[in-house]
Parts: sequence; structure tokens; C-alpha cells
Amino acid sequence: MATWEYDGPILEIDKLSISFFTRLREIPAVMDFSVKVQPGEAVGLVGESGCGKSTVALGVMQDLGKNGRIVGGSIKFKGRDLGEMSDDELRTIRGSQIAMIYQEPMASLNPAMKIAKQLMEVPMIHEGLDEKAAYQRALEVVTDVKLPDPERILKSYPHQLSGGQQQRIVIAMALMSKPSLLILDEPTTALDVTVEAAVVELVKDLGKKYGTSMLFISHNLGLVLETCDRICVMYSGEAVERGSIEDVFDEMQHPYTQALFRSIPLPGADKNARPLVAIPGNFPLPHERPPGCNFGPRCDYFEAGRCDAGDIPMFDVPGNDRHATRCLRFQEIDWHAPIEAAAQHDKTEPGQVVLKMENLKKYYEVAANALFGGDKKVVKANETLSFEARESETLAIVGESGCGKSTFAKVLMGLETATDGQILLDNRNIESTPIENRDTKTVADVQMVFQNPFDTLNPSMTVGRQIIRALEIFGVGETEEERRERMLQLLDLVKLPREFADRMPRQLSGGQKQRVGIARAFAGDARIVVADEPVSALDVSVQAAVTDLLMEIQREQKTTLLFISHDLSIVRYLSDRVMVMYLGHVVELGTTEQVFAPPYHPYTEALLSAVPIADTHVEKQHIVLDGDIPSAMNPPPGCPFQTRCRWKSEVPGGLCEKEVPPVRQLGDGHQVKCHLSDEQLARMEPVIKIAAE
Amino acid sequence: MGLFILRRLGVMLLTALCLTFIVFFLTNLFPNLEKLAKTEGNFRMSDEAVISYLTREGHMQPLPVKYGQWLGVVPGFTFETDDGITGQCFDGALTAEQVAEQRRYCGILQGDWGFSTRFKDEVGPIIGERLSLTGILMFWVMLLMVPSALILGVLAGMREGSRTDRALSTVAITTTATPEYVSGVVLIAVFASSAVGLRWFKGTATGAMENPTFENFFLPVLTIALYGMGYIARMTRASMAEVMTAQYIRTARLKGVSFPNIVMKHALRNALIAPFTVIMLQFPWLLNGVVIVETLFNYKGFGWTLVEAASNNDIELLLGVSVVSVFVVLITQLISDIGYVYLNPRISVS
Repeated sequence: MATWEYDGPILEIDKLSISFFTRLREIPAVMDFSVKVQPGEAVGLVGESGCGKSTVALGVMQDLGKNGRIVGGSIKFKGRDLGEMSDDELRTIRGSQIAMIYQEPMASLNPAMKIAKQLMEVPMIHEGLDEKAAYQRALEVVTDVKLPDPERILKSYPHQLSGGQQQRIVIAMALMSKPSLLILDEPTTALDVTVEAAVVELVKDLGKKYGTSMLFISHNLGLVLETCDRICVMYSGEAVERGSIEDVFDEMQHPYTQALFRSIPLPGADKNARPLVAIPGNFPLPHERPPGCNFGPRCDYFEAGRCDAGDIPMFDVPGNDRHATRCLRFQEIDWHAPIEAAAQHDKTEPGQVVLKMENLKKYYEVAANALFGGDKKVVKANETLSFEARESETLAIVGESGCGKSTFAKVLMGLETATDGQILLDNRNIESTPIENRDTKTVADVQMVFQNPFDTLNPSMTVGRQIIRALEIFGVGETEEERRERMLQLLDLVKLPREFADRMPRQLSGGQKQRVGIARAFAGDARIVVADEPVSALDVSVQAAVTDLLMEIQREQKTTLLFISHDLSIVRYLSDRVMVMYLGHVVELGTTEQVFAPPYHPYTEALLSAVPIADTHVEKQHIVLDGDIPSAMNPPPGCPFQTRCRWKSEVPGGLCEKEVPPVRQLGDGHQVKCHLSDEQLARMEPVIKIAAE
Repeated sequence: MGLFILRRLGVMLLTALCLTFIVFFLTNLFPNLEKLAKTEGNFRMSDEAVISYLTREGHMQPLPVKYGQWLGVVPGFTFETDDGITGQCFDGALTAEQVAEQRRYCGILQGDWGFSTRFKDEVGPIIGERLSLTGILMFWVMLLMVPSALILGVLAGMREGSRTDRALSTVAITTTATPEYVSGVVLIAVFASSAVGLRWFKGTATGAMENPTFENFFLPVLTIALYGMGYIARMTRASMAEVMTAQYIRTARLKGVSFPNIVMKHALRNALIAPFTVIMLQFPWLLNGVVIVETLFNYKGFGWTLVEAASNNDIELLLGVSVVSVFVVLITQLISDIGYVYLNPRISVS
């Protein structure tokens, strides 16, 4: 009964408004939102966290929880209003007609149920298949999502699979009943870049194969460019711009879209010559939205008395296909005006060597059995790490999870001691001094900015107090007043208002918290700062501002910045030199230009190809790696990358499987760990080409 | 798995040794021994007479030696008197040759639990008999308590904050906040006395020792079950409520699974992982409740024996009771760990 014939759009959301009701007030989460998804079409929904994109998805599923309610407009699925359906009707549609893929695969699979059972349930409920037929279907679909050894996978529990495999299972579950509409809610956010690329590829292929329409929710513009036909940009509960990918990416008609594009590091951006333009101000809270245009207070083109006068409807952009914008002034603004050059800076020259690593090794011994020991396994987290870092230089350390970049940071900080090799800080060995034995000066010199600003501040201590605490530990200032004065200066340094000293961390936004984290790291005039994915937990518009801040402090204080990241776009933007790691090995090391241009190490090549770039002019070579990253507990013999390398067949004699490649110098400090011959390396083509306009 | 159980058994033995030693030490404090001598002899014994009695019975030896003898790893105590040799392992006074024929070790390990001064009988059979009586009581308690507690908890937890939840939670909190000696007395007053006049059940469970019937056995069972039920129901509710907000429940809901099936197939197993440990913890705790309820209803089981042994300074019986209690506690914990592994596939012991 759930299938009926309908020719129009699969999904038609018309002037939808959703509110959440709390005891205090009604909080509008989505306002006046309209979008249409045609059969076979993929529509991207883009926006920062809190803009209401996930609420739209749950609204379509009619699963808003106790507090959420649709207060206006309608959601029509194949011409029928979902809001008017009974619970029973909805249940027959969910899972069979509309399916959803979730952000965290681990959390969305039942931990106490075998994969087979979770998959088979879908056709058994909706099509009344018996167990045998359902199992056959499950086997087919699991093969379709390219999982190795489907029968074994079906027999496992979710925790026995890797993150990428789990996400494939969630995709398989969504496809079990061949739905007409697939909603993907940030499906790859929890995955590594190369795994993400493979999953995106899979979703695209399957969409074509099954003819499924897709609503793709993401904060990543590059990902949407790669997967979708149309895009809808959301800001603070409203759709601000809607249109085809080409129209929106190349002829954007809303100031927010423009600002968003200017704040992400596209190829060509440069920290000195063409710095990113951060969006000023903060995202408004749902109950503190300004009158008129929500983006008004942060907009460069804001016109008082007009933009804040009243609600702004969507205007059609003449000449383009179904392209609409929520901006009163879209026809007055010169969209092609060059970016007002933000302050340009001279390139700073790196000074003398501050930090030197020589053949650093860190092995962990892992007992197979917690009580009796049993066979000890050695995990080689870092294998012969050698590099130098100079004063006021930014060295980026790039790699996916499990590559040993965090272990390296721990050893440098003194949270762990090295197994072998040496770390020289100003020619003093510190590799075997744990942090509790380091003198205050050394501790203050080497500091860290952490990935997640939400968890690294003490929730029950004011911001000022936490910074003063760091000052006390570093022995800065004689009296309480001196330290307080220094703390206020630090707040100035990270561009936070001085009133923030008395605030609690919960009153701060993510970006502001990260600024506090930076202030704390620089409390003792740190000379080396390890920034472990400092912006990856932040929204795009805030990322630019925090990155900028780090760069500025670095210029002033001549800090050495070790920037750990998996995001190659931002690495290309801000680093002077790049070190690429894979399974504990440094596979490539060189200046940013050297690493981002051929010859590449095969892994660097794949990594570059995997990063989605939000620019329609960019042509990328398409390299998709098979399989997952091998476990560090059980690394492959020979070259660590050989299991996934597409160049392996070019090396004669199966050398890749036998020997770990030596470090090869390619001149000017560019080094690569690979068996490929010089001619083969020379034959490599650039992965990213910017098409001439 | 086999190794895991072996290891747990090893740990268990070690714990049992430590615990029994503590009990042994406490019951063998001098004032206790003095009291024992006076109850066994006469209350007007002089201090010298007490000492000589205790020396004769072997109580004046160093504590570790006595503990070893009680365990059966040190040869039994012997004492030479004018009549011959008396000893722990045999009755009466014998000659040296006769003693040589007797067994030398007689402790727990040899199955010799000692002699109860209160019941004038061997400790072993007493404990066996009392334990089986309490076993029957516990069985019915569990049968009543666990299913009703789980049903209560699941019903309350599946829609957190609903009217059902609030009503059931109130019941659970009330029952668990009422100790047995209160609920027992109230139940007797309401259902077994002429105060209210219902007189549906009997106020004493003495008859249930031979012939348990609904009439004479229901009140003690209910009294213990009520208290534990509220506790387990609260745990189940909390765990259920948490599971119901989990993302995989949303996945199931958006797969089109109906609400009853979500609860039964997806939530239940995950929700039972936490309360399972609590339920198993109830076993040792039941021994506690049993002490009060058995005394209250005059049901001569294990708890009642414990009370009798303690109040009559019956050292060997008390020790026997404590050994059994320790093993009951440890074995239930072992079962709980194994069951936990079965319920939760993420934990594996290999």
C-alpha cells in the first residue's frame, strides 16, 4: 500500500517551519524552508552546525521527538503530505520508501545484534519476506556496498567492524528496500579522508544504480560539489540560497554563501598573499535572531532600515534555472568585485633550528592477555622519525587516524618517553624526560592546542582563572595582580574581550573556547606549539578566524608551529613544510610546494585526490583507495602502504612486499619513502589542476 | 573462557581464605572465648579455670595455628591429660597408640565443620539443612521479584516521563524505601492479623518448612521481594530510558520497526546489561534480608541459624555459616560475569 504512482517531485518541502518547545519559550529551528527533490536528483543541504539542516531531515522522517513540532508549511513525499499520515502509514514508508544514513555509524547500529539480523529486519517488515529470502537480499546488498567477505560480515557484531565498514553497513541497511529517497546526514564526518572518498564514490554509484533521489546534508562544500546536482545553503534556520551546483558555486547571489566560500582555504589561497576572510561575529542563537535578515549583523552589504525592516522572502534569480536567494540587494551587489584584500603580510623567514628529531621511535608493548601477559605484541606507533623545525616555521604533520601523529605529539610533550632516537630542543635531549621531570621552562616552551575545545576547559572554573592557573604553573609573574594583568594581555592577544575573564566556559562558543585554549598555550611564551587538529571541531566560518589568529601570533612571537591535521586544504594554506605520515612512517617530507606537486609518494597522491575541493574549476584525478588502513598492531610486511598502493605493480620483483623502502632524497630537502624509480616518479601527473577560466 | 573461569575460581578461593580468616579472628577474640568457656562450663568459673578450660580445648594456641587446624592444613590439636590424650579429631581420652590410628587432620578441607554448641550437633548437616530451606525461600523470592521488577522497569523506562513512568516509579521508590522489618510487620498486620481482619495468609512460616503453601509462604516471600524489586526496577528503568534515547533505537524507528518490536527486539537486551549485575548482586544481599524475614516469620533457615549462632556464641557454626555465605556471594558473582559476557557481545574474555 505504501507504493503509489506519482510523476512529480519525490520530495516537496513547502514553506516548512519547525519549532522546539521548551518550558521557557518556543525555539524556531527551521523557518520558511522550501526545497524540491526531483526523481534521481541529489540535493545538498549545506550550513554550519545549528543552522537546522538535521532538523529538516528529521522533519521529513516525522521524527522530531516530544518537543519538536511542525508549525507551518508541508512536507510532501510523492505528492502526499507526510504530516497528515497516521503512525502506521508513516511506519510503512520509513525504511522502505525513505531511508536515512546517519553521521555516527557506530552509534546507529545496535551493539547487541548481529549485522545480518539488523539488515534482514528491513525487508521482513516491509515486504514480508521470509528469513531465507531476507538473508539472500542482505547478502546481495552487502556485496553491492563492496564489503569483502560478506558472509563473515553478516555474522559479526558492529563492534567487530571498522568505522568505514560500519558506515557501509548503514548504507546497505538504507538500501535494503530500494527506497525512492535517501537522506544522508553528514554520512562521512566520522571517517578518514581516504575512507570518506571511497564511501562517497559508493553512494554516488549506488544512487545511479538504484535511481534513488538523495538529500545530502553536510557542512563540507567540497563534498556537496562532488555528490550533488543541486544545493541549498542554510543559515540560522532559513534557506538563504538555492540552485544548481554551477549557479551557486560560480554565480553566488547571497552574501553568506560568498562569505562561506571566502573563508575556506581553496587552492590558490595563501596565508601571506591571499589570506582567508573570516566571517565577523558569531552565529545568532535561535532565540536571539535579529529582525529582518538573519545574516544582517555579519554582512558586509548590510543596509540599515532595509535589511532589518522585516522578513525577507526568497527571490528568483532571473536567467538561471530554479536559482533563488534570500537577499534584498542581490541585484545591486557587484558579485564579481575582487575580494577586498585583507591585510597582506610579508613572508617570514624561518630562523635557526629549534627542534630536531633524530630517528625517533616509539613502540608500545601490548599484552595479548591482560592478566597473564601471553604473547606480547609490539605496536610500532612511530618508526624512525627525523626532521628539523625552525623558529617561526609552520610544519604540518598530515595523516589519517592511526598514522602515529598523536603519539609523536605525546612523546614531544613528554606524556610518553621515546623508545629510541632523540629529540633535541635547543640541543638538549628531552626524549626520555617525562613531563613531570621537565623543568618549568621546558614545559612552558613546548605547549599544545587541543582538538576539542569543548572538553579541554575545566567547566567549573572561570576562563581567567584557568589562564592564571597556567601562569602560576609556568612561574610567570610575582604577584596575583601581575598574573591577572598578564592574563588580560593574553586575552587581548587572542582577541577576546577582557570581560571574558570572569565567564564560565559554557558561556563561550566553540571558537571562543579554542581561543582560550590558545591563550593558555601561549601563557608561558611557548616557543613550540603543537596544534593537534585545532580547528577541525569548529565550524567553517570560525575556522578561518582561529587559523588567522594562530598565524598572527606566530608572526609576532616567532613561534614554531607543529600543525597536526588531516585536512590538506588548510595544510596547503598555512604550512611552510609538510610531513606526510602513514602507519608510523614518514612517507614524504618537503616544502608545501614540493609535497603538493608531483612527484608524489603514492599515498600523498591518493590523499590529495581524496580531499573534496569546493571549486568547480578544479579538475581532480580520481584515485580511490581500496580497503581500510591496516591496523598498527598488525602492519603489512615491507612497505606499509603496499596493501592499498596503485603503483605497486610498477615495482619489479615484489620489492614492496619484502622491504621497507629507504628514504630517498629528491633534492632541496624533499624526501620520499618509496621503491618507485626516478622515471616513474617523474611520470606522475598533478592530481589537482585548476582549469583556466 | 575456561581459563577465565579457572582464574576467577582462583581469585575466589583467595577471597574466601581472607574473609574466613577475618571472621575467625573476630570470633576468636579472648572475650568471646571467655564467654564460650563460661557457657560451656559454668558462669561462676574463676579466671584460672577459664584459662585451663581454654588450654584443654586448644583455644589458647596462636591464631594462625588454630586457623590452620580449622582449615585442616595443620594437624589437629591434641592435649595430654591424666586420662590419656584428648584431641580435636576424636572423642574421649585415648592412649598414644590409639591416637596414632586416628586421623591427624580434621578441618573444613576434610569435611569436618566442627560441632555446634547451640544445636548440640555436627555443623555440616545443620548448615546443609538450613541452607536448603533458605534456598526454597530464595527461589520463590527470585521467581516473584525478578520478572515483576523487570516488567516494571521496562514499562516505566520505555516512555520516560510519561504517566505510566511516574506511577510505576513511585511504586518502586516506595517499596525500596521500606525496610523489611517495616513492610513485614505491616503485611502481617494487614493480611494475617485480626487488626484489619483480612486474615488471608498465615503470620508465621514455620509450617512452610515441611509443607510450603501459598497461604503460609507468600508473606515472607513478598516481604523480601518487595524491597529488592523496587531497586531492580529503578535500575532497569534508568537503563531502559537511556537505551531508548540511543541512536540505534532511532535507526530502528526510522527503519519502520513498530514500537513493541523496538522494545522487545532492539532495546531489551541492551537495557538488561546493567541491571543483570544488580540482580546477581541481590543474591548475597538476599542473605541479609533473609536474616530479618526468617526471624520475623520464624522460618528456621540459614538467616535464622546465623542469628542463633551469633547470639549463642556458637563459634564453629558461625564460621561455617560465614564460609557458606562467602561462597554463595562469590559464585553468584562468577555467574554474573559469565552472563554479562553472554549479554554484551562487546566484552569478550579470551
